[in-house]
Amino acid sequence: MDSFANRRHIIRFIIILIGLIFAIKLFILQVADSTYKLTASNNVLRYVTQFPARGLIYDRDGKMLVYNEAAYDLMVIPRQLSPFDTTEFCQILNISKEYIDETIKKAKNFSNYNSSIFLKQVSSKTYATLQEKLYKYPGFFVQSRTLRKYTNENAAHLLGYVGEVDEKLIENDKYYKQGDYIGISGIEQTYEEYIRGKKGVNVYLVDVHNRIKGSYAAGKLDRKAEVGSNIISTIDSDLQAYGEKLMKNKIGSIVAIEPSTGEILSLVSAPAYNPELLVGRTRTKNFITLNTDTLKPLFNRALMAQYPPGSTFKVINGLIGLQEKVLWANTNYSCEGAYFSGRFRMGCHIHKSPLDFVESIQISCNTYYCNVFRSILDNKKYPSIRESFDQWRDYVMSFGFGQYLNSDLSNELKGLVPTKQRYDRIYGEKGWKSLTLISMAIGQGELGTTPLQMANMTAAIANRGYFYTPHVVKEIEGEFELDERFYKKNYTKIDSNYFELAIQGMDLAVNGEPGSGSTARLAHIPNITVCGKTGTAQNPHGEDHSIFIAFAPKENPQIAIAVYIENGGFGGTWAAPTAKLMIEKYLNDSISVSWWEDYILNAKINYNAETSKHME
Amino acid sequence: MQRRVNIWSNIDWLTVTIYLVLVILGWINIYAAVFNEDNQSIFDLSQRYGKQIVWISTAFVIAFIIFVIDINFYPFFAYFVYGIVIFALVVVLIFGTKVHGATSWLEIGNFRIQPSEFAKIATALALARYLSSHNVQINTLKSYIRIAVIILLPASLILLQNDTGSALVYFAFILVLYREGISEGILLLGFFVIVLFILALVLAKLTIILLSIAIVFIIFWFLNRRFKIVSLGLGILILNISVIYGLNELFKIGFSFYLVILIAIGISGFIYIILAIRHKIKKVVILLLFFIGSILFTNSVDFVFDNFLEPHQQKRINVVLGLESDPYGVEYNVNQSKIAIGSGGIYGKGFLKGTQTKFDFVPEQSTDFIFCTIGEEWGFAGTLFVVFVFTFFLYRLVKIAERQRSSFSRMYGYGVISVLFFHITINIGMTIGLVPVIGIPLPFFSYGGSSLLAFTILLFILLRLDASRLELLK
Ligand SMILES: [Zn+2]
Repeated sequence: MDSFANRRHIIRFIIILIGLIFAIKLFILQVADSTYKLTASNNVLRYVTQFPARGLIYDRDGKMLVYNEAAYDLMVIPRQLSPFDTTEFCQILNISKEYIDETIKKAKNFSNYNSSIFLKQVSSKTYATLQEKLYKYPGFFVQSRTLRKYTNENAAHLLGYVGEVDEKLIENDKYYKQGDYIGISGIEQTYEEYIRGKKGVNVYLVDVHNRIKGSYAAGKLDRKAEVGSNIISTIDSDLQAYGEKLMKNKIGSIVAIEPSTGEILSLVSAPAYNPELLVGRTRTKNFITLNTDTLKPLFNRALMAQYPPGSTFKVINGLIGLQEKVLWANTNYSCEGAYFSGRFRMGCHIHKSPLDFVESIQISCNTYYCNVFRSILDNKKYPSIRESFDQWRDYVMSFGFGQYLNSDLSNELKGLVPTKQRYDRIYGEKGWKSLTLISMAIGQGELGTTPLQMANMTAAIANRGYFYTPHVVKEIEGEFELDERFYKKNYTKIDSNYFELAIQGMDLAVNGEPGSGSTARLAHIPNITVCGKTGTAQNPHGEDHSIFIAFAPKENPQIAIAVYIENGGFGGTWAAPTAKLMIEKYLNDSISVSWWEDYILNAKINYNAETSKHME
Repeated sequence: MQRRVNIWSNIDWLTVTIYLVLVILGWINIYAAVFNEDNQSIFDLSQRYGKQIVWISTAFVIAFIIFVIDINFYPFFAYFVYGIVIFALVVVLIFGTKVHGATSWLEIGNFRIQPSEFAKIATALALARYLSSHNVQINTLKSYIRIAVIILLPASLILLQNDTGSALVYFAFILVLYREGISEGILLLGFFVIVLFILALVLAKLTIILLSIAIVFIIFWFLNRRFKIVSLGLGILILNISVIYGLNELFKIGFSFYLVILIAIGISGFIYIILAIRHKIKKVVILLLFFIGSILFTNSVDFVFDNFLEPHQQKRINVVLGLESDPYGVEYNVNQSKIAIGSGGIYGKGFLKGTQTKFDFVPEQSTDFIFCTIGEEWGFAGTLFVVFVFTFFLYRLVKIAERQRSSFSRMYGYGVISVLFFHITINIGMTIGLVPVIGIPLPFFSYGGSSLLAFTILLFILLRLDASRLELLK
């Protein structure tokens, strides 16, 4: 039955053949061939990581904003240490003996065989001295890397900073090793993958005297580092610098967007900090100081501060009214200095009466918008206020409110547009009506928006109905395109023809005849039609915040801007002239009336300079 | 007919000793590979060598249990066990946990097992059961299909888990089929397909077609041994090629030389068939079919290679075939591994004195690349010893398999040999750069509970069957 028993010999033969092949190959590898042997028994291989320079960051005109500077880390491999003259070592490096003991102990804890950082960012001068004497200290070697340098002290929030990776990240991402740097905020964080480049490694032969004898195996195992991609940001660095200058001694923010692309031209958060502070050996110390500062300079107000939009929101309510056909261009409401409904009263300022829609924006009448808002919510088209409210909310959300805009900056805040459920919870399903929500008619109450969202809304108005997702990067070197979301038009739910009426009102608010009740005449620039709207955000904790949104020129807009000045009071007082200066700077590159500049520059608005001296 | 025999005195203690030696050597090298001066307690369960002690103890217990189980259990439940394992593989595919890109782990509580490791045992059992059935003739189409299903079902499920290395192990069962008498023709065909596959990747299509023509005529010469007929065939082909080439040039048709040859072969083939029928020359048709088959095959290889293999798999094959140099990727790992082994020299650097394997530069050093640690710390003396022990071990297993009286036991024995032989050859071959990097463990050496337990069960079922071999009277 078993007629193939002879085949067992062949199987045995194959087994022995493979064993022999292995034995021969191992003999060649381990005995005969010296390629894989080290030249002397005491020599060791040293793997030196090659850190690529991070990509440079430029502004939209190609001016360099961020570059690199060489720095040297002193590394130690505990296993290769031998006793050395600590006194001289301490002297060269300006460290204490305790530091040596403690750091070496830590390094041993991490790994006896792998290198760890002994001393970070040794200066080039110290490095030169050390290099000559390094032969006395086996187990130590120097690894060069780069640190960020900035051409000026602006745009810190936007550029972000770089720091060491933490334990958690090392576990999640194999690319990073202890002591590596990573972008922590701003462009440095969002575009980390492109900016960081790719680490390489050089393998050296090192003799007992800690001298590098040369590249191992003729560099066959070396891996070249790849330099990070350069980034061209959308920032206009002159405008950014000017904005930060104007915002000195004030708290607040400025966001300027190019409406035709969604590119952020400047993003100011005041108070700011010098980005140089978060680089190098003093980083940790400076970070703590900045972090405990009561004015919160690390807090990016442009993205993370949430305020009610104030009267600027009347434009949105007006547009919704027009779209819902409860308001027409010639709808007139009269105002007797306040809006009354039963026992309810909302004050207004003294102005001519009655007003039509365009005038209502020009003059910013509260009464008018109480009427508009109520006619939207009490629209007979809908079975109840719960449906009409949902409709209203949809319109508002289509401008980018109440959600992440999904820009390329991290830490964006969503803002707040309340849901009907919120009112159901407070008042019960049938317990609320249009009058309950009336403060939102003039942009107060539950609404919360960020300066970035407001600038985006302004861009949508300037574009007559759509916006591009705001972003701070124009081009990544070596990449064909940015993420596709930055090339997509996001349409609001308002027809474009209605925008012309609102824009007419915003034009008159800035450029109306003296005495016509225009609220934003301080934003007027000769020869440029600025369209704007003032706002004041109610502040329960003190003086109200001053808001102004604007775009210019009226036809073919090139800049849309939102300015917030905390505790600045009425929007027309501080925010409007600040916006005007920014627009003029961007469009004309010069300021027509210099005393306006001095007026803003010299203003100190509720700003306690004592507490933030170190930011200067 | 059966009789009772004291199994404890019939255990092959030599094999058990080799097993123990391998497991202990394995543990020592795992200890060295992950050694760290701050954690020196060998029972530290946070370290791999600590965990491996737990696995080794478990393996011993399981080995003992196997000896207590009746031998009739294995043939009787072979298909049942196979069914359970297939089910487990499907479950893994759906609910499995991903480790290193392969979805091959099943998590039950905080216990993690890899069903693919146990599938080898089940396949060896099922294959032995099928082949040892009374009415099975191995060289029939029906058997070929059933054998293919038994072997390829688990293999393809494991392939779907993205664990190519473990799936390839199933090719090893060819050894069982060979021993049990599968036709040499089938094996040669299989071998030819593999060679052609490699040639198709390495050589240009034109070279392959010319080579195939040469091979076909040589085979024809051996089958026929008549100079006149062979030279006539060759003459017809050359004439056809010249005529078509001439026409192509004359009328500037613009066919490539490859196409010219193809057309010439087509016309010649037609003439051959007519001549063959008229002169009753056998095997011409078979040779032609074979020729056409190989041309089609080589053309489809590129398609399969480009469309069905993942980039990293293409890369590994290309690197081994020398078509692509990749000093920083796959080749980098192999280079590092070679350096570690090569730097060991004759006597090695000594226990725990290795430097290369201590860095991160040899990948997976306690699992798939454990052989590096042996090479570096124990030198040529150590590696030669390990290679010798493994060879002797396999040789011994052949002896055990051959002395079985039941064909089920013998076939299972060859199943064990196939799996172990494949693992050992591929693993060591990969660390010394002889075969592509395929991530499979070195039996009894590599760190890992599932693989150690699976190899232990695999081996001890054979030892259990062997201990009772005298019970069966023929
Ligand atoms: Zn009014």
